[in-house]
Amino acid sequence: MMTQANLAKGLKPWNDPAAAPFVQIKNVTKKFGTYTAVNDVSLDIYRGELFCLLGGSGCGKSTLLRMLAGFEGPTSGQILIDGEDQAGVPPYKRDTNMMFQSYALFPHMSVEKNIAYGLKRDGVPRAEIATRVTEMLSLVQLDQFAARKPHQLSGGQRQRVALARSLIKRPKLLMLDEPLGALDKKLREETQFELIKIQESLGVTFVVVTHDQEEAMTLSSRLGVMTAGKIVQIGTPHDIYEYPQTRFVADFIGSVNMFEGRIKDDCEDHATIHSADAGIDILVSHGITGVEGQQVAVAVRPEKIAISRTAPVGLPNVVPATVEEVAYMGNLSVFRVVLASGKRVKISQANLLRSDDDAIAAGEAVFLGWAGAASVVVMA
Amino acid sequence: MQRSLSLRVAAFAGFVFLYAPILSLVIFSFNESKLVTVWGGFSTKWYGELLNDPQLLDAAWVSLKVSTISATLATIIGTLASYALVRFGKFRGRLTLGGLVTAPLVMPEVIIGLSLLLLFVALENLIGWPAGRGMVTIVIAHATFGAAYAAVVLQSRMGSLDIAIEEAAQDLGARPLRVFWDITLPSLAPALISAWLLAFTLSLDDLVIASFVTGPGASTLPMVIFSKVRLGVSPEINALATLIIVAVSAVIVVAAWQMQKAAAETR
Repeated sequence: MMTQANLAKGLKPWNDPAAAPFVQIKNVTKKFGTYTAVNDVSLDIYRGELFCLLGGSGCGKSTLLRMLAGFEGPTSGQILIDGEDQAGVPPYKRDTNMMFQSYALFPHMSVEKNIAYGLKRDGVPRAEIATRVTEMLSLVQLDQFAARKPHQLSGGQRQRVALARSLIKRPKLLMLDEPLGALDKKLREETQFELIKIQESLGVTFVVVTHDQEEAMTLSSRLGVMTAGKIVQIGTPHDIYEYPQTRFVADFIGSVNMFEGRIKDDCEDHATIHSADAGIDILVSHGITGVEGQQVAVAVRPEKIAISRTAPVGLPNVVPATVEEVAYMGNLSVFRVVLASGKRVKISQANLLRSDDDAIAAGEAVFLGWAGAASVVVMA
Repeated sequence: MQRSLSLRVAAFAGFVFLYAPILSLVIFSFNESKLVTVWGGFSTKWYGELLNDPQLLDAAWVSLKVSTISATLATIIGTLASYALVRFGKFRGRLTLGGLVTAPLVMPEVIIGLSLLLLFVALENLIGWPAGRGMVTIVIAHATFGAAYAAVVLQSRMGSLDIAIEEAAQDLGARPLRVFWDITLPSLAPALISAWLLAFTLSLDDLVIASFVTGPGASTLPMVIFSKVRLGVSPEINALATLIIVAVSAVIVVAAWQMQKAAAETR
């Protein structure tokens, strides 16, 4: 599933200590009555980034976005955009624009008028509006649809109108609330690439809110995983997938096998975790900061475990198991196996051949094996 | 077959019940005879008579003016009230405002008329306005209860509007008043039309309240018709009624067509 290339790679201002963040969110909390929607969030977003806020519904990601746009004010904390404090600045005075989840197109205006609206409000001369609208229409490939009303468009076309309308003012920061949520899968994949292309060609900073992890992985330069009003981890898609810091992140992004255990040995470049779940001492090829005997979990992704009839050689972590069930997914086969401890483990294997008479079947006794670099210890 | 036959009979009976009185009125407006209930042959003479009756024409003109102005006022007040009720969230006195706005819907007309009359008299004694009673007081009275109906119609429409559309306009640089003008009002257009028509019709139709708050010199059409009918129905009234029916039907057909068009666009 995580096979799509991360398209926004090669852009890493957050590693540059001299780079000044473009958007600074400092200890922002938002309460609605007694309910805390956003809880003490701090976040820096850099110019030209495509930052995704990823989380389930009700995690506070949309509220955070609405605070950036100016529709809500933080209960406490500070938001700076391009170094300027945004406290008390209404949405219509901010150099930011937003693409709404429902697209929020003006139903009584044509596509052209929808797109032109922002420029008209700014008092841009009529001739310039016309040229910029034409430019924008061709950017989103809607040239023939200029005179249509929103209700005469398909979902994908509406999405592009909404995007064009939010881009026409050349905002410093564009916020997108579930930009692809209403599109079907095929269209979504195409649109993802288009979004990135547009983002790169215009150099606008994007902040995207989404609940779709695949979308976040593909789109973002970095992403922040949110739950219960807090950002639990910020990192590149690679960091988040390969080095999750908490059980929640490991579980939320992709699927994962968790082996509970205690730290047995902790060296600089490796550690061993004694796991009753796995029935072995698991070797992890990275050092950890924990005390001996501390309760931790080892996360191993299903695609990183090898499955074979004979015990694999050269892998430090080998566990015998029995296959319970094999699910054919087309590109993958997913094996559900059970260990001696009763722990169930999921393994996925690419189907390299069209058919394999010698494929491992349900009921067989097998060995699982994985490298030290295939597993990661999550502390919390 | 049995069932569909009984259905058709029921439908026919229903239509007869609804429209037979109107139909008989239209037919008798073309009656030659002076006696309303006796057919004396076809004639359009009552229409001619009508055009030469200054009292009826004056009353019609007064009614038209009163209804137009009061319906417009009612729609404006109703829009503002429902905007406050739907969009301002919780504020002190929201419940009271909601209750008071809709109170005229359930209040007996006699009471509305009487209380308004007392108010106008007291006001005149206190600040000298409105000086005497006439068209101005009828307009104010009709705007008051028309606003209640307008608010009900507009409130439900406003509640179903997608607030994100207004936020999008703000996000693109429109100040709140601009947003209301550019986005909220056009989205409300179908509801505004129905609210205005409703207030207009109610005002045109009202006899009780108008009788209470009017003064010498300002008689609305229903008041004149009512006083004439007490002396016996004249075929002239039938002719007038027929003209009103034709006008109202035309307005309704156009409005329905317009609203259907607007509804298709916002869907």
